[in-house]
Amino acid sequence: MSRILVCPPDFFGIEYEINPWMRLTNHVDHGRAVRQWHELIRVLEQDLGVILERMTPVPGLPDLVFTANAGIVVGRTAVVSRFRYPERQREEVHFENWFRRHGYEVMTVEAGIHFEGAGDLLGFPEYWFGGYRQRSDIGVFPILSERFHREIIPLELVDSRFYHLDTCFCPLSGGELLYFPAAFDSYGRTAIAERVPDKLRLTVPIDEALKFACNAVCVGKHVVLPAGCPATQDWLRIRGYETHPVQLDEFMRSGGSAKCLTLTLD
Amino acid sequence: MNHHQESVYLRGHIIDSLVLAKVLDLILMMGGTFDLEDVHIGKTREEASHARIRIGTVSRTLLDDILKAIQPHGASIEREANCRIDRAPTDGVLPDDFYATTHLPTQIRLNGRWLDIDRIEMDLAILVDEQGSAAQAIPMGEVRRGNRIVVGREGVRIIPLQRPQERDVFGFMESQVSAERPHGHIIADIATRMRQLRERHRQKQADSQVLLAGGPAIIHAGGREALTWLIEQGFIHILFCGNALAAHDMEADLFGTSLGYGLTAGRAVPHGHEHHLRTINRIRSVGSIEAAVTSGMIRQGIMAACIRQGVPVVMSGTIRDDGPLPGVITDSVLAQRAMRALIPGVGLALLVASTLHSVATGNLLPATVPTVCVDVNPSVPTKLADRGSFQAVGLVMDAASFLSELARVLGRTT
Repeated sequence: MSRILVCPPDFFGIEYEINPWMRLTNHVDHGRAVRQWHELIRVLEQDLGVILERMTPVPGLPDLVFTANAGIVVGRTAVVSRFRYPERQREEVHFENWFRRHGYEVMTVEAGIHFEGAGDLLGFPEYWFGGYRQRSDIGVFPILSERFHREIIPLELVDSRFYHLDTCFCPLSGGELLYFPAAFDSYGRTAIAERVPDKLRLTVPIDEALKFACNAVCVGKHVVLPAGCPATQDWLRIRGYETHPVQLDEFMRSGGSAKCLTLTLD
Repeated sequence: MNHHQESVYLRGHIIDSLVLAKVLDLILMMGGTFDLEDVHIGKTREEASHARIRIGTVSRTLLDDILKAIQPHGASIEREANCRIDRAPTDGVLPDDFYATTHLPTQIRLNGRWLDIDRIEMDLAILVDEQGSAAQAIPMGEVRRGNRIVVGREGVRIIPLQRPQERDVFGFMESQVSAERPHGHIIADIATRMRQLRERHRQKQADSQVLLAGGPAIIHAGGREALTWLIEQGFIHILFCGNALAAHDMEADLFGTSLGYGLTAGRAVPHGHEHHLRTINRIRSVGSIEAAVTSGMIRQGIMAACIRQGVPVVMSGTIRDDGPLPGVITDSVLAQRAMRALIPGVGLALLVASTLHSVATGNLLPATVPTVCVDVNPSVPTKLADRGSFQAVGLVMDAASFLSELARVLGRTT
């Protein structure tokens, strides 16, 4: 049974601009955002049977809702994020406290190295991929690789609209991969192609990539993804996945979708 | 020459991710060069790899730009130690653990900055001035008590030679010695360099002098006229030799013999073996070679050409010398010092037909000076290479043939 950490969007909104999606002039319909979030929760709990852990929202921290950036969890160890932007650095202590209170051994990376958690570290059971340059520093990956005995292949993110790896790259439980190649340079694309065979890779079309089709949550043979991505859904169905589109456009105003709103605990 | 260097360290899963390839491509695309040092590739998927990359650039700004560009990909600048310095315990004695130089360009790290070593030469020590702002290579015998000398190996780095841009024989920078190799193109390349250097020398540019170190076989074998012509035409700017080359050159002028053999007749002349002694005696009687030339006693030949052209000559004595001629330095330490003083400014060295002078000169030359070693005996260029002068191009041929062919290519008509 999967457990996922979420944070209710009580204080979600746009209060600063730290990625190309965020515009202070972009008004978030808060009521609609809350309804969209509850629909996501319903799908996860009822359709997928996931156990959800809920964090307590904190006033003044609008992005605490994006729990993918709390850190990463491996077994009983949690590595807490060190955010690049001061606006989100204030979240670190809350995530850290949550992990400690729930019995995790907390690991922090040295000061000066940025790491934005599961937003930039994704993978398959055997090896992981690490997104760097936009938010996380490449220097964190050798540290985590040594600590968790996993190969971590760094991938440079070259398009600021896809500022976290989980906005353009989604490994699936059957070894398949949804990704948007233009978010990577040729070295990254080659490295991905070396690892994931052609037939297992879906190049998400640009219109769906910009709806964050890759910001999907995969639990077993279920994939929860933003609504409005038919090509991605078709491909997933052909590969034997059940798809669960959820309208999350209010969160897209902040540059986040299904995956950003969740952190897989185990 | 890439004088600006920094070493960076890259670790992680840098091979499969192509991060190493990306960093190396970036360095090259931006106009730098790199040497990969200590590459370790992880043996399992989990094990990380690491690489140390030495980056070289022609300017500090470019180096900084490259470092700035590759740091986001994980390249971290190596924190290097300053060199260690100890004082010489007494005159002529180095601290026990002194750093012994090579003849390659060398730098030391002082106060966090890399400093070039002046007058680099193999088998010396490094002297640092009291302010720590300059450093130079210094022979053991010249060290004074209390001099600041680099000890240990920390904070010292040797800069590998860059392949020269010229695509000539010196571009290979290796002393393959073979009598079977064709000589024509090597001599043509030397001639091309000499033409360029003469032009640069006339414009008083740096490192434009041609040094010739030669033995008496040049005279015996019949290379005297060709070498004289080369000096008169301004192709040779410094001469290192011994008592014998000078003596036989002037013997030829006075008696038409070389060590008693008629140079034109090609046979021993009666009492010819005395000619070089009589020559030396006559020069001694007028006090100097210069006086012999200016008085008209010596009219032609290598020494006369040197005097007339103002080419400095260092004559180093040996244990078997007759006389010796006035001007021969019989104290070998003083001779070495006199030779060393003329090395800065040399842009090409020709070491012809003398084991002793070739090896001695080779020891004084930085690896950056293109060098040719010509001898009929292959063991001479081999010996030179074995003693560290790897940059010397070895040419197994007779001295007279070499000099005549060189002069011919440079325009001499016979």
